[in-house]
Amino acid sequence: MSDVPTPEELLSSIEPKPSATGWMDTPVEIKKGMYCYASNPKSVEYVGLPYPRQWNPKDDDWQLPENWQEIISKGFRERLDRFRSVKIFMDICVRCGACADKCHFFIGSGDPKNMPVLRAELLRSVYRNDFTTVGKIIGSIGKNFKKVIGARELTLDVLKEWWYYLFQCSECRRCSVFCPYGIYTAEITIFGRELLNLIGLNIDWVATPVSNCYRTGNHLGIQPHAYKDMMDFFTDDIEDITGVRVDPSFNRKGAEILFITPSGDVFADPGTFTCMGYMMLFHFLQEKYGFDITWSTYASEGGNFGFFTSHETMKRLNAKMYAEAKRLGVKWILGGECGHMWRIVHQYMDTMNGPADFLEEPVSPITGTKFENAKATKMVHIAEFMADLIKHDKLDLDPSRNDHLRVTYHDSCNTSRVMGLLEEPRYVIENVCNNFYEMPVNCIREQTFCCGSGSGLNAGENMELRMQGGLPRANAVKYVHEKHDVNMLACICAIDRAALTTSMEYWVPEVEVTGLTEMVSNALILPGERERDMNLRSEELPGMEGDDAE
Amino acid sequence: MNLNYLYSLIVVIVLFLLAYVGVALPGGKTLFGVIIPYLAIITFIVGFCLRVVGWARLPVPFRIPTTCGQQKSLPWIKSANIDNPSTTGGVILRMILEIVFFRSLFRNTKCELKEGDKLSYEWEKWLWMGSLAFHWAFFTVLVRHMRFFLEPVPACLQLLDKLDGFLQIALPGLMLSGAVLLAAVIFLFLRRLWIPHVRYISLASDFFPLFLIMGIAITGILMRYFTKVDIVGIKEFTMGLVTFNFHIPEGVGGLFYTHLFFVSILFAYFPFSKLMHLGGIFMSPTRNLTTNSREKRHANPWNYPVKVHTYQQYEDEFREKMVEAGLPVEKMPEPEPPEEPVAPEEPEDSEEKE
Repeated sequence: MSDVPTPEELLSSIEPKPSATGWMDTPVEIKKGMYCYASNPKSVEYVGLPYPRQWNPKDDDWQLPENWQEIISKGFRERLDRFRSVKIFMDICVRCGACADKCHFFIGSGDPKNMPVLRAELLRSVYRNDFTTVGKIIGSIGKNFKKVIGARELTLDVLKEWWYYLFQCSECRRCSVFCPYGIYTAEITIFGRELLNLIGLNIDWVATPVSNCYRTGNHLGIQPHAYKDMMDFFTDDIEDITGVRVDPSFNRKGAEILFITPSGDVFADPGTFTCMGYMMLFHFLQEKYGFDITWSTYASEGGNFGFFTSHETMKRLNAKMYAEAKRLGVKWILGGECGHMWRIVHQYMDTMNGPADFLEEPVSPITGTKFENAKATKMVHIAEFMADLIKHDKLDLDPSRNDHLRVTYHDSCNTSRVMGLLEEPRYVIENVCNNFYEMPVNCIREQTFCCGSGSGLNAGENMELRMQGGLPRANAVKYVHEKHDVNMLACICAIDRAALTTSMEYWVPEVEVTGLTEMVSNALILPGERERDMNLRSEELPGMEGDDAE
Repeated sequence: MNLNYLYSLIVVIVLFLLAYVGVALPGGKTLFGVIIPYLAIITFIVGFCLRVVGWARLPVPFRIPTTCGQQKSLPWIKSANIDNPSTTGGVILRMILEIVFFRSLFRNTKCELKEGDKLSYEWEKWLWMGSLAFHWAFFTVLVRHMRFFLEPVPACLQLLDKLDGFLQIALPGLMLSGAVLLAAVIFLFLRRLWIPHVRYISLASDFFPLFLIMGIAITGILMRYFTKVDIVGIKEFTMGLVTFNFHIPEGVGGLFYTHLFFVSILFAYFPFSKLMHLGGIFMSPTRNLTTNSREKRHANPWNYPVKVHTYQQYEDEFREKMVEAGLPVEKMPEPEPPEEPVAPEEPEDSEEKE
């Protein structure tokens, strides 16, 4: 992070006002620290996406196919005919500007092209020129008239501007909460990125996970035996901490439930602690109630970077979930803590790859609760599942083990604005810890801010962008840190766990990041456990130190 | 500096002159009083319908509503049935609040960086109030004008007139809606000009309708309160338009024709412009769908099969490694080393449970 400006520098670099030159006359400048590297051609090729090639965003020549304008134009037309959303959002924006200061990237940079309205205008201007009667008529009078009505031709500069700014949107849909017509910039970004993919313009942080996921079942490219190895490693850790040996099963046919979670959780801290949390929770339930669940190495990814590529790629990756559930003959699927995974499960999966008539309507085998809200898709969120367990008093919890934590909760964009999963995680947190403080109302629930790195932007090379985008969330955390001495930020998303950790180190270094299930399992009393003096991070619990404590 | 407003202003001034001077020419009154209004209203009706039907024919492949409240999940958790509607009733309420009271805009906040490092969010009600005032006043004015096209004037319109003029000041009595309309449209214009970011994004097509509506309101107010136009003559004229029995009144000046011309332009312009948000708001997929997409399957009319990486292909690639790691497989590897007692036929399922 040596090239990244300090927090003070970053704050003072926020542009308070747009420049005097109009946005169409301000050509895009591709700045270091603000963009992600171009996709590796091998990854693009592996999944059979168009125009794999080596290219560099910094170069003048992007090695585009000869007829790229034609490809984009055709792709644009097709999508206008396929998505009412795109067509309506192209047509009805009145540019009232209510969305402008709702975007974390705009708040953190002041770059006017990061106002959701203007990000959409980048595409809308081409739409006006090529696909509307008025645009065609006025455009034929003269070039200057075009600009006045906000129309322009798709030139190479415009294309570069699209690419630069469409990968500065994390598809968090906060702006769509405030838009009087519900215009959903994420949908426009999704659509725009889909167009860019037609001519091979993706970023590697998306393309390579996609290809990994297609081949190995998960974004990180973890092969089945390695996946099991990593879990074995956690099993040893859990035994060291609790004295209990858990025994997760993999790819087991005939299990009642299939568990799917993002692979980030088996790969990097602090997600790994959440993963250990799941393992302990399932072990507890198995010992006490005969809970029967299996993990899968084939469907070892909850997330879906295909979603950041195209609808088709999303469908191709997502297909594994139902296919694996069918192959193993489970009754229903339980999903772990993840953001965009849940956007896809909640709003796309059944439509794309359903109907899942080979599964049964989900019923908790422990409480008998029917998850009616998931009866078609047949997939239940772990926060819903745990909230139900706690409500029925099925977990043995000792919240005092989390007494050293002063917790606040970050709603993930997707679970809050796509599902409305707001109370379940809060209910769980309140039952597993004693010090919980909410951030200010404009920063939580449906108005929550993105971590700053969603939708495939969690790379290393675009750190300045990520820290800009992370500012509003971090600033709210800082507020509760200063006011209530908060030292732990809980979340239910794997990208959050990775991205917020970096963002906290940068903006509020006193605060750490945890998954929900990690907190649950820290409080969970396992049958036969030894007295717990360490948490899942192998840190000594204050007040419960063993003899050798300092 | 964004000067797009100047272009729009110039166009509206030219339109004004066109009508004001045009009616004085021979045949001008027929052109501006009969032909143009008819063409305008036909363009409006046909254009509006084509646009809406055009949208309605497009597929809604995915269920993508924005949820702004608690989902319906466990029975003991209270769900937000309007902001996260799982039922059609909830959607209807959500849409009514959206269309009639601009609920989303009501949430508007203003974000500011204070003391160099503190972000603050303040409730920003002015845009909401300004646009609500504008739309409601415009609607009232429009409905009030129905009195020119109906004979006898229905009681409800007379009542509306009474309500609108309840202040009982000036003579003829001041209609609140007209004054509010003009004030609100001026506010919306100034806001566009003054707020740097809004000015930055504003196009000529954002200013044009504002100037046009300003022109309509000003000419209307001038006629009613200042030049005191011959109302009886105008009613004869407008009834003539409705009954196709044209009658060009005497003594009705250029101001009236300008007013009528502005209205005609607005109607004709409507279907080709952002003003279509009137129709579009009803069809916005982030607002008008239920959010129960896990409970009830939503079908995509153009869903097509895609190429996937099957479990078979996956196992074929990793079978040896899987077997070695003790993971169950569907097909045991070919017994290359003649004999090995490694057959951990683990998928002997369902023996320990229940």
